[in-house]
Amino acid sequence: MKLLIKNGRVIDPASGKDEILDILIDKGKIIDLKPLIKDDNAHTLDVPGRVVAPGFIDMHVHLREPGQEYKETIRTGTQAAARGGFTSIACMPNTSPVNDSRGVTEFILNEASKKAPVNVFPIAAVTRGLQGEEITDMVDLIDAGAIAFSDDGQPVSNSQIMRRAMEYAKISRSLIIDHCEDKELSADGVMHEGHYSNILGLNGIPSPSEEVMIARDILLAEYLEARIHIAHISTKRSVSLVKAAKKRKIRITAEVTPHHILLTDKNLQTYDTNFKMKPPLRGEKDKKAILAAVLDGTIDAFATDHAPHTPDEKEVEFDYAPFGIIGLETAVPLLLDKLVNPGLISLQRFVEMMSLNPATILGLKNKGRIDIGTDADLTVLNLSASYTIDSSNFFSKSRNTPFNGWAVKGIPEITIVSGKIVHKVKI
Amino acid sequence: MDVKIKARIMDAKKIKRVFQRITTEIIERNRNLNQLVIVGIRTRGVHIARRIQKLIKNLEDEDVPLGILDATLYRDDFSDLNKQHIIKKTEIGFDISDKDILLVDDVIFTGRTIRAAMDSLFDLGRPRSIQLLVFIDRGHRELPIQADYTGKFLPTSRRENVKVRLKELDNIDEVLITEPIEIQ
Amino acid sequence: MPFFHKHLLGIQDLSKKDILTILETAESMEGISTRDVKKVPVLRGKTIINLFLEPSTRTSSSFELAAKRLSADIINFNRQASSVLKGESLRDTVENLEAMYADAIIIRHTAAGAPHYVSTFCRSHIINAGDGAHEHPTQALLDAYTIKQKKKKFEGLKVVIVGDILHSRVARSNILCLHKLGTHIILSGPPALVPESLEKFKVEVNYDMDRAVEDADVIMMLRIQKERQQKNSYPSIREYRFLYSLTEKKLKKAKKKVIIMHPGPVNKGVELTSDLASSDRSVILKQVENGVSVRMAVLYLLLGGKEREATD
Repeated sequence: MKLLIKNGRVIDPASGKDEILDILIDKGKIIDLKPLIKDDNAHTLDVPGRVVAPGFIDMHVHLREPGQEYKETIRTGTQAAARGGFTSIACMPNTSPVNDSRGVTEFILNEASKKAPVNVFPIAAVTRGLQGEEITDMVDLIDAGAIAFSDDGQPVSNSQIMRRAMEYAKISRSLIIDHCEDKELSADGVMHEGHYSNILGLNGIPSPSEEVMIARDILLAEYLEARIHIAHISTKRSVSLVKAAKKRKIRITAEVTPHHILLTDKNLQTYDTNFKMKPPLRGEKDKKAILAAVLDGTIDAFATDHAPHTPDEKEVEFDYAPFGIIGLETAVPLLLDKLVNPGLISLQRFVEMMSLNPATILGLKNKGRIDIGTDADLTVLNLSASYTIDSSNFFSKSRNTPFNGWAVKGIPEITIVSGKIVHKVKI
Repeated sequence: MDVKIKARIMDAKKIKRVFQRITTEIIERNRNLNQLVIVGIRTRGVHIARRIQKLIKNLEDEDVPLGILDATLYRDDFSDLNKQHIIKKTEIGFDISDKDILLVDDVIFTGRTIRAAMDSLFDLGRPRSIQLLVFIDRGHRELPIQADYTGKFLPTSRRENVKVRLKELDNIDEVLITEPIEIQ
Repeated sequence: MPFFHKHLLGIQDLSKKDILTILETAESMEGISTRDVKKVPVLRGKTIINLFLEPSTRTSSSFELAAKRLSADIINFNRQASSVLKGESLRDTVENLEAMYADAIIIRHTAAGAPHYVSTFCRSHIINAGDGAHEHPTQALLDAYTIKQKKKKFEGLKVVIVGDILHSRVARSNILCLHKLGTHIILSGPPALVPESLEKFKVEVNYDMDRAVEDADVIMMLRIQKERQQKNSYPSIREYRFLYSLTEKKLKKAKKKVIIMHPGPVNKGVELTSDLASSDRSVILKQVENGVSVRMAVLYLLLGGKEREATD
C-alpha cells in the first residue's frame, strides 16, 4: 500500500529544501513530492509541525553478532537503531568470528534481512582476524555485500600493511575507515592524559596517540591518492590535521560521536565506567575545537560508535571495565537538545551530517536525500517533545550509557524504512 | 536549638561557700592527704578540681596532684549526644595505683559519664579507692552511682538543663536552669 | 570541630578543618598506645573488615592494631583468602562481607577508584587504604601528623617530594593534604614520572634535585615501585640513583633541621642511603608509629557514635 506523508517540514540538504511538502511513497521509493498531494488509495500519515528528514545513517555501530549475542544481536541492535531515528547502520567487523570473509558478511546480511527493521551494511576487516598482518580479500568481500573496511578497535599499526590496504581499497573503489591509535602510546591508558588523569590516578592516553596515526594515514593517502575516513575524531590537533589535509585536496572525511561533543574528561571524576571509551573523552579545548570543526565542515558526519557491553562487564573497577558505550537510542535526542535546539548548529547542517554525508561517504546511492526516485527512508523529528533518557527501557540489550537520566527536548518520533513505519513514538 | 533561662540558682558567693564546705568534708574524710589525687573530668570538672586543689593547699598546705580525664572513649551513650564528641587528651601525669582518687565533675545526671570515667581509670591502674565529687546533682540516675560529696541537689525535669558557668571559661560564676524553646 | 563524613575515600574530599580535626584526635589517641592497657572500649561491638586485595603488611597491620586498640572486632581478608582469585567480582565480594554485618570496610586495591566504586553500593563506612595510583589518605594524614610533631606548623614550610610522583598514591594524597595545610610543595623526579601537568596542583616541578631541595624543611622520598614502571620511564636504577637518590651531599643544601620522610618500605641505596635512613634526621620509624594513632582517630571519627545518632 502507498504511504502519504502530509504537512511535514521537509529538510533535504542535497537540494537545500526546507519547506512544507507532502511525500508520496510506493514500493519503497518516493514517487511524488509537492504541496497538497491527494491520493485516496494511500495510507495517510499526518505530521504537522514535524521535521521530515532523509533517513539517518549511523556509519559506526557494533552489533556484536555473531559471537557476543549476550551484549547485542542484529535484531536488538537494529531495533535500537529504529527507535533512535536511524534507517541505516554500518556495522563493524570485530565480531567473533571476525567479519573478514564472505561467509560472515553473508551471515550478517542474511540475519538482517530476516530480523532487522533497518538497513544493515557490513563493514569488513582490513586484515584477517584484525591481526594487522595480512589484508583480507577485499574485492570478494565487496561482492558479498561489504561496503567499507576497518580494523576498528585494532588499528593497523604496520605502515606497510596500511599502505597495501589503501592501495587495494582504491582499486576496489571502497573506503578504509581508520581507527587512529598508536597502541604503544596508549599503552595501558584508560582515560585522556591530563589534569584529571593526574587527579584520579588513572593511566592516561595522550592525545598524540590518535594524532600520530592520523598524520601517518594522511601522508599515505596523499601519496597514494587514496581515500580515507577518520573514525571518532577526538582531539584539537586531529581536527587541524584533517582541516589542513582537506585544504590540500586529500580525499579525507571524518566523523565524530555525540559523546566527544558533549562530554570531557572532567566527567570521569566519579569513576563511572560508562564514561570509559576509546578514544577517551578529551579536554575542554578539544571539545570546543570539535564543535568548531562540525560547523566549518572539517568533520563530515555524526556516528555513535554504539558499543554494547553488559552491566556485569561494566560494573567493575574502572581499570578492568571494557571500553565503549552505546549510542543508538540517545544520539539524535542529545544532538537535537544540545546542538540544534539551542541554535549551535542549523537543522540543515545537522541533517546533512546525519544522512547525506554518511550516505555519500559510504557510497549509498538513493539514500541521504529526499527526492522523487530516492529510497523512502525517512526520519521524522519532533523538536518540541521532551523526555528523560531511561536506559532501563532501551531496546538495546546493554545499558552502558553515560546519559541515563538526562532530560532532553527533541526526539526522533517516526522512523520509516523503505516506505514502512518501523518505529513510532506515542506522544 | 535556642534555650531560655528559667532560673538562676546560685551566684559566685554561694558557689564559693559550697566549695569551701566540700573541701572541709574532703579533708575530714581523708586523713592521709598524701595518698589523695584529684582527677577532673573534662571540661568543667577540671576547673572545679583546680579550685578544690587550691582550697586544700590553703587549708592544709598539702600539694595534691591533679589529673585531667576525657572519658569520651569509654562512653556508652553516643546516641544521646546531639553532636559528635571530639576527644581531648587524657593528662594524668602520675601513677594512680594504690591512690585514693577524688573524681570531680560539674553535674551528675544519668551517671553514665561517671561510669565511663571509672572504667577509664581502671585501665590506667588500680586505685585503692575512688570518691566522687559532683557540684550539682540533678537527679534522673540510670545507674546505681551516688556522689560522696555533693554541692547541691537540684531536682529538675528531663526537659530542663543545668548550666554550670565558671569564671575560668565563662567569665562568671553561676548556676542556671535552662529550657529549650519550642519552635512552632 | 565535628567531622561529618561517612567515608574516607581521599584527601580530596576533606577540608583543612577536617584534616586538623583528625590530627587533633590522633594526638589524643597517642597516649593509649603507650600505656599498659593499650585499649579503650569506644568501638566495642563494631565489626571492621580489612579487605586487602593488594599485598601490604604495614598498612594492614597498622589498621588492625588501630581497630583493636579501640576494641573493634577486625577480620582480615586478603586476595588469597577472598574469592577474587576464583573470579568473584568486587561487588559480590563486598556484598558478601556486608551480609555479615560489617560496620566498616577498609579497602586496599590495585585499581584506582575501587573504594569510590564500592561506596556507591555499600552501606558500611568505606576507608581507602590505598587505591592504585590514586590516593592513600591515611598515609598523608600520618605524614602531616609527623610534620606537625616535628615542625609545630605547616604554613610556610618547604616540602620536597622526590621520585615517582605520577604512579604514587602517597604523593598524590600528600600533595592534596599539604597544599590544604598551606605548605609550599616542590616535586622532583624524572620527567616521565613527574609530568609538568602536575603543576596544575599548584606545586612547583623541578627536575634538578639539587635545586629542588635547597632550603627544604621536609624531604619526602618515594619508593620506586618497580611493579608499576613502564619501560623506559628512566634508563636504569643506576641512572636514577645518580639523579634522584638522597645523599649527604644533596642534603647539605636543605635546612639544617630538615627531616627525611619515606612511606616505606625503603629500597636502601636507591631512594636514600642506609646511613641517612637511620640518621637522626630521618623520621621514618616515627611515621610508622604515628600511623596507628592517626588510623585510630580516623576509625573513631567515622564509626564512633554517629551511626545511632543518625537514626534518632
